[in-house]
Amino acid sequence: MIATMTRSEQQFEARNEGAVIASLRGIGKSYGEIQALRNFNLNIRAGELVALLGPNGAGKTTAVKLLLGLAKPTSGSVTVFGGNPIDPEFRVRTGAMLQVAKVPETLRVREHIDLFSSYYPKPLRLAETLAIAGLEEIKNRKFGELSGGQRQRVLFALAICGNPDLVFLDEPTVGLDVEARRLLWDEIRKLLARGKTVLLTTHYLQEADSLATRVVVINRGSIIAEGTPAQIKSQTAGKQIRCVTNLSMDVVRRMHGVLNVRQDRDALEIQAKQAEPLLRELLNRDLSISGIEVASAGLEEAFVALTRDDNNSQQQISRSNKNGN
Amino acid sequence: MATNSVVLASFSPGSLNRQFSIYLKETKYEFLKYLRLPVYSFSVVMLPLMFYVLFGLFMNRQGSIGPVGLSTYLIASYGTFGVMGASLFANGTGVASERGLGWMQVKQASPMPPFAYFCAKFVVSMIFGLIIVLSLLTLGIAFGGVHVTLAQALKLVSTLVVGAIPFCAMGLAIGYFAGPNSAPALVNMIYLPLSFFSGLWVPLEALPKFLQKFAVALPPYHLAQLALHFVGGDRHGLNSTHWEYLGGFTLLCLGIARLGFQRDEGKTYG
Repeated sequence: MIATMTRSEQQFEARNEGAVIASLRGIGKSYGEIQALRNFNLNIRAGELVALLGPNGAGKTTAVKLLLGLAKPTSGSVTVFGGNPIDPEFRVRTGAMLQVAKVPETLRVREHIDLFSSYYPKPLRLAETLAIAGLEEIKNRKFGELSGGQRQRVLFALAICGNPDLVFLDEPTVGLDVEARRLLWDEIRKLLARGKTVLLTTHYLQEADSLATRVVVINRGSIIAEGTPAQIKSQTAGKQIRCVTNLSMDVVRRMHGVLNVRQDRDALEIQAKQAEPLLRELLNRDLSISGIEVASAGLEEAFVALTRDDNNSQQQISRSNKNGN
Repeated sequence: MATNSVVLASFSPGSLNRQFSIYLKETKYEFLKYLRLPVYSFSVVMLPLMFYVLFGLFMNRQGSIGPVGLSTYLIASYGTFGVMGASLFANGTGVASERGLGWMQVKQASPMPPFAYFCAKFVVSMIFGLIIVLSLLTLGIAFGGVHVTLAQALKLVSTLVVGAIPFCAMGLAIGYFAGPNSAPALVNMIYLPLSFFSGLWVPLEALPKFLQKFAVALPPYHLAQLALHFVGGDRHGLNSTHWEYLGGFTLLCLGIARLGFQRDEGKTYG
């Protein structure tokens, strides 16, 4: 397999710890007219938590389904643990939490876990799975009686009960409230601490920021940026300025270095590459300006900037960390 | 890549035990799932029993069809009706819903042997069929003055339970082509008329001649004739063409289900 790698892939490999345990190479995937992924390359290394970040319809779920062998690529190759993902030998080493509209509601939590554990040769003990997913107190409840957060935790338990090395989590916290989301985040971090490898998809930027060791930003089927959360943020070097001003949005938008402007009640929220030059200009042009606040742009702003660049230019921007770093 | 070694590995004795335990658990939980689902257990199990109590025990007690008492005759025909319902709903509605609403994908992404999923559904349909037929027999013997020998009862029960298989296959075929919301209506639209025209509710002899001829084309008619044979109420004596018909019908339905399975595999998923 090494022999088939290109030179640049080998170099890339050498800079990173952990062997590649799953990869998508040169993947194209179309559903009829719609191209879900185009020339998509992704390597997942042992021990990392990769967040696939992108808006709805970006191709995140398609990437996960390819890695799980639930869909076949139109072109390119999928490798998991050095083999085909549909091979039972490799499937027992993976676990998956997928988006599912309906789970059999009349089975109890512990029964669902008991059944899925039986699919694996060396599963966790029931008590252990229940503890990891925080389900001890509701183990005898039927699935249909659970809240949204509890349901997601059961699906999480089904993904990890077989003690797999590689865990796929497709939008694990979608629709959860803040409290439930944080609980699940803690469980995901524990997986990483136990040496597992995780691929997570999300459109919550905060989620990628706080969990991932590496973020892969995708939009319309292509990777548009890749790196640690800090690198992604620094790539767009964003600052956010909030102020109350008489200047119109259009005037502000035309100022140098402004990435985005939006009205928030009586104030403007301005995303800019650098704060200082813009502040100078704002103060000069509007003597009545007030309520100025400056903050570092979060991953959210970086993400907005990245996907907007992508949509404007209709082409990929550089894959930052393949060549840099 | 290493497919050969995988195939070999999966036949070691330890893993054979594990395989068996997977099939057992899959079946056990499939059974519990439906047992606790009132929509299923009520409509599928209670409907034929209520029909029997009403038409076989309260009304027409003294009636007979040819040489057979009506209360005996109806055990075979409502038994067929019940077995068909249990199989069509577990496989038709069940598969359509689990396929359409994402649960089947969760199962497919896990290391579950795919055959275990279908095997469990078939076995559970047969278990519900068994429950229905045994209940009918019990009601008939206790309250309907039904006399059958043990051998007759065993043959009747085993015929009807095995006879669930063609309807499980038919359910699968429906489940692979119907949407999760339309499946229950579709199954009812097939199940109820099919029962009537096969003479499961009203004995064929009471139906117009042209309908009697039409019934020969319908699968439940053939199962009902096999069941009736063991209580002496069949029309033409035991006839292997009934089994042949049902066998052919099963293969046809499995073929259709397979087309749906293949269509699904290459289909769009968000």
